[in-house]
Amino acid sequence: MKKKFECEIDCANCAAKIQEAIGKIPGVQSVKLNFMMQKFTLEAEDDRFEEILQEAIRIGKTIEPDFAVKGV
Amino acid sequence: MSEKLIRERNKLLLSVILFLILLIVEKTGILPFLPEHSLWYLPLYLIPYFLSGLSVVKECFLGIKNRRPFDEALLMTVATLGAFLSGEFAEAVAVMVFYQMGELFQSYAVGKSRKSIKELMDIVPELAHIEREDGTVDTVDPDEVEVGDMLLVKPGERVPVDGIVRQGESMVNTAALTGESVPREVFPGEKIISGCINGEGMLRVEALKAFEDSTVSKILELVEEASEKKSKAENFITKFARIYTPIVVYSALALAILPSLGLFLGTKIGLVSPEFFAAHPPLTWLYRACTFLVVSCPCALVISVPLSFFGGIGAASREGVLVKGSNYLELVSKLKVVVSDKTGTLTKGNFAVQEIEPWEGISKEDLLRTAAMAENGSTHPIGLFILSAYKKWMEDSSKANASPEDVVVESDPMKHSSGKESNSLPFPENTENRSGAGLISIVEGCKILVGKAKLLEEEGISVPQQEKGAATICLVAKDGQYLGRILIADEVKESSKEAVSKMKQQGIENVVMLTGDSTPVAEAVGRELNLDSVYGELLPAQKVEKVEEILSSLTEEGEKRNGYLAFIGDGINDAPVLSRADVGIAMGAMGSDAAIEAADVVIMDDDLSRIPTLIAIGKKTMRIAMQNIVFALTVKFLVLILSAVGLANMWAAVFGDVGVTVICIINAMRLIQNPKSI
Repeated sequence: MKKKFECEIDCANCAAKIQEAIGKIPGVQSVKLNFMMQKFTLEAEDDRFEEILQEAIRIGKTIEPDFAVKGV
Repeated sequence: MSEKLIRERNKLLLSVILFLILLIVEKTGILPFLPEHSLWYLPLYLIPYFLSGLSVVKECFLGIKNRRPFDEALLMTVATLGAFLSGEFAEAVAVMVFYQMGELFQSYAVGKSRKSIKELMDIVPELAHIEREDGTVDTVDPDEVEVGDMLLVKPGERVPVDGIVRQGESMVNTAALTGESVPREVFPGEKIISGCINGEGMLRVEALKAFEDSTVSKILELVEEASEKKSKAENFITKFARIYTPIVVYSALALAILPSLGLFLGTKIGLVSPEFFAAHPPLTWLYRACTFLVVSCPCALVISVPLSFFGGIGAASREGVLVKGSNYLELVSKLKVVVSDKTGTLTKGNFAVQEIEPWEGISKEDLLRTAAMAENGSTHPIGLFILSAYKKWMEDSSKANASPEDVVVESDPMKHSSGKESNSLPFPENTENRSGAGLISIVEGCKILVGKAKLLEEEGISVPQQEKGAATICLVAKDGQYLGRILIADEVKESSKEAVSKMKQQGIENVVMLTGDSTPVAEAVGRELNLDSVYGELLPAQKVEKVEEILSSLTEEGEKRNGYLAFIGDGINDAPVLSRADVGIAMGAMGSDAAIEAADVVIMDDDLSRIPTLIAIGKKTMRIAMQNIVFALTVKFLVLILSAVGLANMWAAVFGDVGVTVICIINAMRLIQNPKSI
C-alpha cells in the first residue's frame, strides 16, 4: 500500500536523514520525504501499514522533533 | 509567515535587544555599579543565549542520545560553549543569535518560494458540480467525481476532471497548463482537460477520467517528484556535505589540541621560547577551533542549490514546460545537438495546397476550379486537399465580395451565383483512377487530367520539366491542354524557424531532423528552417539507430561526453527514440498520458519556441547553482584558513555561515521571484 501525506519538516538536511532512517524500518518498501513540497510518501506492507506509519513518525521525531505528518 | 515562525522571530528579536544592551554596557562601562571583572557578565550573557538557543542545545543532546551527533545543533553548541570557555562571552552569544537568525530567514525564504511555486502551479480545481439524473446538482470535491458523471462547469470555474463537452460553447483559458495565453474555443464533442478555466459560457462536461487520473493530478505529481531526480550539482553537494562536516570537525579538534601540545613540548625541549608559548596560550587555539566549527555547516549549499533547481522547474512549468527532474534541467543547459521529428513538431502535420501555379493565360481560380471539378466526390487525400483549398478560395472571395463598396456596386444575383457555384461544383460524369499516377474525369463534357507528369505524358500532353521538390505536385490538363500545377505540402509551423535560429544562438551546434517522409520533402523543410542536417525515409527503428550514431559522435573515448542530445517528438510513436536520447522532449502532449509517461520533458502545447525558453531556463538555473557553490565554498575556505592562522575571528565565521547562506538563498530565489527575467 502506498499513501501520500502532507507533512511538516523544517530543514532539508533533516528530511534526508529522516528518509534514510525510515527506509531502514522493516516492512517499508519505499519512502519519500519531499522537503520542498512538504509531502511524505510511504509504501509498506498492507496489513502492517498503520503500525509502520506510527513507527516512521516516531523515528522521524527523534531526528527532528518538529517533524509531523498531517491527517494521521 | 506561520505562527510558529512569528513566535521564533519575536523571541529572537528580544534576545538581540538584550544582547546589544549587554554588549554596550560591557564595552563602555557606562553602568559603574556593575563590577569590572568580566566573569560577572557570564550569567547575564547566558540569558539571551538560552533565549535564542535553547532549542539548539536541546537538539544537540537529542542528537547525542540518538547517536546521530554530526548535526548543526551539535556544532553550534560546541562552538558557542568553546567561545564561553575562551572567555569570549559576547561572541558566543552572537554566534548563537546570528545562527538562529539565519535559520529563521531560511525557513522564511523556503516557505516563500514554496508558496510561489504553489501559485505557479495553481491549477487545482476546488469543486465540481455533478448533475444527477433527476436534475439535482451536487457540489462535491473533484475527488468524488466518477467517470461518466455529467458535470456543470460555470463561467470562471476550473474544469474539475478531464472530460468531453456535451453541451454549451465557450472559450477556455489554458494558460496555467500550457503557457498559451490565447483562449481555446470548445464546443460539444470537444475534449477538455482539467485545470482549464472556463470563460463566459456554461458547459456540460461528461467526466472521462477520475480526478487522480486527470491531467491536473499528473502534472502536479510530476512537478512534485521532479525535485527527487537530482542533478549532478545536487549530488555533488550531498556527497560533499557528508564529508565536509566531519573533516572540519576533526580539523577543529586537531587545531584545539595539537598546536598547544606541540608548543608545550617545544618549550620543554627548548625549541620554543616560553614568551611565544605565553603569546599563544591553549585558549587561543580553542577559540580558533570553535571558529572552525561555526563555518563547518554546509547549510548554504544544502539549501540553496536544490532551491535553485526547484525554482528553475517552477519557472519552466509557468511556461507550459514540465521538466521531470533537476537532472534534465542540467542536461538541457549542456545540449549540443537537438534532433527533431518532422511532422507535428517542426511542421503542422496537416497537408494542404501550398501553391497554385497556372500556365500562361490561365487564372489561378480556373486552374483550381478545374482540378476541384475533376476531384469532386473523390476520397483520395490529394483530392480532398484540392477540394478544401477550392472551398476556402470561394469563401475568401465571397468575403471579399461582401465588402461594403462591392455590395453597392455588385448586384444581388451576382453574389447569389457565386455562392451557388461554391456549393454546386459539377460532379464528374465519369472518373477513371490511375493508381499512383492520378485520375481522368469527364466533367460537363470535358476531359480533365489531374496527376503526375507521367499521366499527362501518357495521354500525349507535353508538360514542362518538373524539378524535384518538397511538395507533391499535381499537374492539371483539360481537353489536351496543360493548365498548370498545384503543389501540396505539409505546412511548416510559424514558430519553427525562429526557434531554430534561437537554439543556434544558444550554442546548439547541430539541429537535425529525422523523418519517415521522402528525402526531397525532408530536404526542402530543412532548407526552409535552416537545419544543419536532415535524414528522410527512415523507419522508426532507423530513427533510433540515427540517434545512437549521433550520440556516439558526442562521446569521446570511454564514457566522457562533450555535449548532450535532445530528441523532440510528438510522443505518440517515438517512445523508443525519446527514451534513447539524453533528454526526450514530447510536444503537444496536453491530455496525452502516454507522452507524459514516455518523455523527460513535456511541452504542453505544440509550440517549438518553448525549447529555446527551456534552454534559457536551464542555463540560468545552472548559472545560479554554480554561483552559489563557488561563492559559498570560497568564503568558507577563506574563513577556515584565516581563522587557523588567527586572522579571522568568530564574527567572520558567523558571516561565513549565516551570511553566506542568506546570500545564496536570495540568489536562488531570483528564478522563482522573477520568472519574466529569463
